[in-house]
Amino acid sequence: MDTAVTAKKKWWAGGYSPFNVSYGKLMMWYFLMSDAFTFGALLISYGTIRFSSPSWPDPNEVFKSFPGMGHAELPLMFVSLMTFILIMSSVTMVLAVHAGHMRDKKAVAKWMIWTIIGGAAFLSCQAWEWTHLYHEGAWWGRNPFHNVDGTLASTNFTNFFFTITGFHGLHVTSGVVLNIVILANVLKGTYDQRGHYEMVEKVGLYWHFVDLVWVFVFTCFYLL
Amino acid sequence: MEHTHNAGHEAAHADSSTKTIWKTFWILLCITVFEVGLAFLHLEFGFLPRVMLNAIFIGLTLVKAFYIVAEFMHLGHEIKNLIMTILIPLLLFVWFIIAFLYEGDSWKNMRTDLKPGTPVEAVKVAPAEKHH
Repeated sequence: MDTAVTAKKKWWAGGYSPFNVSYGKLMMWYFLMSDAFTFGALLISYGTIRFSSPSWPDPNEVFKSFPGMGHAELPLMFVSLMTFILIMSSVTMVLAVHAGHMRDKKAVAKWMIWTIIGGAAFLSCQAWEWTHLYHEGAWWGRNPFHNVDGTLASTNFTNFFFTITGFHGLHVTSGVVLNIVILANVLKGTYDQRGHYEMVEKVGLYWHFVDLVWVFVFTCFYLL
Repeated sequence: MEHTHNAGHEAAHADSSTKTIWKTFWILLCITVFEVGLAFLHLEFGFLPRVMLNAIFIGLTLVKAFYIVAEFMHLGHEIKNLIMTILIPLLLFVWFIIAFLYEGDSWKNMRTDLKPGTPVEAVKVAPAEKHH
């Protein structure tokens, strides 16, 4: 009755969430915000060390390989493919959420499967890149690449690269696991019985966040 | 009855919704292709000075971040209270980035100025000028 009379809703007067979302979704947002600070701290410490170094390895010299292309120099190509895969899997995730709004169980399952495939493909790419760099002699504490000015580089470059892409890869891995759990529930009909597919939205938020972090990692490590 | 009403309502606005999803996808893809293209032009022909290029990259990264958060994560369509509770804490990053990168730069200057073998006069020039 009250809402019909007052033109403006009193968000803080009680009776509904002042944020107009469920508790679970709000807490997912807060978790993602704290995770953003973790990734931010990692990337900013990388930036600080890079700023404090007189010279730094050239990313185009380091990341120039592509699977099956031998020693051809193809800077940026492989990481662009990885970026495309992750953006694509983000799109299939939104489509799954969208199908959830329509309560279309089959479509949700279909798009969730595509999202999981995308996540697995991204992880495979990362595994290839790590293995390749490892065989070139790069690892935590080991850096075979020289600085742009030709001087010997410290291990800061490889340490930050493996730590930050590794931490991101760990997020992708747990995202894929969560997506598989949710897919199992979708197929079991759990959300059909519950009457809504909000769990798909919650893992969706997490999945997009992983994509979001990659956008920053891509810029900081490969473009700058 | 309420359920059927809700489902009908959502189905009605659903059609335009997939359109925005694909529009966002194309925006993100085009920006990425543009970034990679610029990086190649710089590699091959030295097109654009490095500083300008980096500024463009960071700017475009923020544009991409905006589209992912606003459209894919749907934050742009939530109410203002929720948007603010997420965005205002993130403002800390402004201080965070400026302070730390400034610190890093200062360390680099100290390293180059105080490197063994650097002539002492070169370091002492600045204070000497102040005495005049």
